[in-house]
Amino acid sequence: MLNNYRPDLNSFLIWLVAILVAVLPIMMLWEIARDGLPHLTLSFLLDEPSNAGRSGGIFPMLVSTFWILGVCLLAVIPIGLGCALYLSECIQAENPIARWVGLSLDVLSGVPSIVFGLFGYAIFALHLGLGFSIVSGGLSLACMVLPLFIRTTEHALRSSPPAYRQAAEALNLSFLGFVARILIPSASRGIAVALIISIGRALAETAVLIFTAGYVTRMPSSLSDSGRALSVHIYDLSMNVSGGQNNAAATALVLVIFIILINIFAHRMSRRWQT
Amino acid sequence: MRTNRFVQISLKVSALLAASVLLFILYFLVQESIPLIKTLGMSAFFQGGWYPLEGEYSLTPMLLGSLYVAIGALALAAPLGIVVAIFGQFYAPVLLGKVYRGMVELLSGIPSVVYGFWGLTVLVPWITYWVPPGTSVLAGIIVLAMMVLPLVVLTADSAISSVPRNYIRSAQALGLARWGIIYRLVLPVALPGILSGIMLQSGRALGETMAVLMVTGNVVQLPEGLFKPVRTLTANIALEMAYAVDSHRIALFISGLLLLLMTVLIVSIAHYLKGRRFA
Repeated sequence: MLNNYRPDLNSFLIWLVAILVAVLPIMMLWEIARDGLPHLTLSFLLDEPSNAGRSGGIFPMLVSTFWILGVCLLAVIPIGLGCALYLSECIQAENPIARWVGLSLDVLSGVPSIVFGLFGYAIFALHLGLGFSIVSGGLSLACMVLPLFIRTTEHALRSSPPAYRQAAEALNLSFLGFVARILIPSASRGIAVALIISIGRALAETAVLIFTAGYVTRMPSSLSDSGRALSVHIYDLSMNVSGGQNNAAATALVLVIFIILINIFAHRMSRRWQT
Repeated sequence: MRTNRFVQISLKVSALLAASVLLFILYFLVQESIPLIKTLGMSAFFQGGWYPLEGEYSLTPMLLGSLYVAIGALALAAPLGIVVAIFGQFYAPVLLGKVYRGMVELLSGIPSVVYGFWGLTVLVPWITYWVPPGTSVLAGIIVLAMMVLPLVVLTADSAISSVPRNYIRSAQALGLARWGIIYRLVLPVALPGILSGIMLQSGRALGETMAVLMVTGNVVQLPEGLFKPVRTLTANIALEMAYAVDSHRIALFISGLLLLLMTVLIVSIAHYLKGRRFA
């Protein structure tokens, strides 16, 4: 819009700022790709780390990351979907309960991740006796991701056509039948986008996991075992292990590639969902 | 619609459960913090120094460190972010605008450790070259600004695109210049949304842990200059939680509570701003 004007001094300055601002992030991505790519081989993905992570691969971290993500989603999806359905179908937006729930979710989505880490450490790891484990990591992460998932899912549910609701009403469908057979299928793309965005947020998180999932590098043997996520691995290699930078760069590259794929996927989904 | 009691109730329970997570966290932090606050008094956490082994728990250096880094990052990111959003909406050719937006969305999803890693391996050595030690307030500000910028751009972008199109078309029909339309019409109408977005991002900046921890040097001291190392509240928790016991541990919970309360304040201000109109 408005891009067919003759360029003037202002537009020159704005172009300049836009280009300069892009320089640092592009440099960052390029440098990570340059340092990480030579080390990113199939055996890097499938090997156990050795020498505190300086050499070897990241297979146990990949496995732990996916387990943590699995636990997190297992907690987030039912509660989040239930809450989103409640907010969009069962209650008016002006209702005080809806407003309080909404406000609480908004605040929750702004709470610093380290606070979730503290909370998760004290409640899940110590109080409930789960220890440093994949379960406590996943649950703490779930608390953090929940508001994001609920808000995006609620948005998706609300944008399904009101005529569906009226038709269901006219046919005297049961509420459960309407939700399960009509509402959720018709909003499924939006819900999928919500899920993908939440996965991206969860994958990127570090501070929550250090004191809940732990940072043991061995292969997790069960869900109550400690496991190190990819992001924690990057942190540990770059801060605490001298000479771990190359593997840190390669791990960072793996994580960035995941995020890029998730972005592309979400874009595809939401484009089809909107048309 | 025929409703099912059980379904309704279980939906309600899940909604209340989701909403109560915040209350749980608040309750738990308060309940952990109260004993030490009672014995030492509130002022003990804002005076003296941070020597947890000797029983001195002043959070002031870390609090100031957090504020310096967050405010510096926002001072850098907010104006740039608004300009970039304007660029994407009004100056860039359609295709470039799309690419630029995609890029910004991608950057907003990049994990904070990756930013921190880049800061540690590239930015800090640069700064060291000019002014040692390199790990400093400045490094924290730059890394944090890079992280917050995409989010500022996205919120400003959505605030700008919610300005009614016919306002802009009418202004064009009246023959206003492009910058005039933007400066006098679009920005004032979009301002509440933009400010609310910036406010929310300041919460993000204040609460960021990993990236800041990796580049600011983590020396507990009152921030004295751009090139001096500092430790932020969040970094303090992350660094000391592993070995803290007794009162020391409670002091860390108190810093968590402080962070939470600041978040509540910031989100409320953002809510308030969003409802306001300036034009």
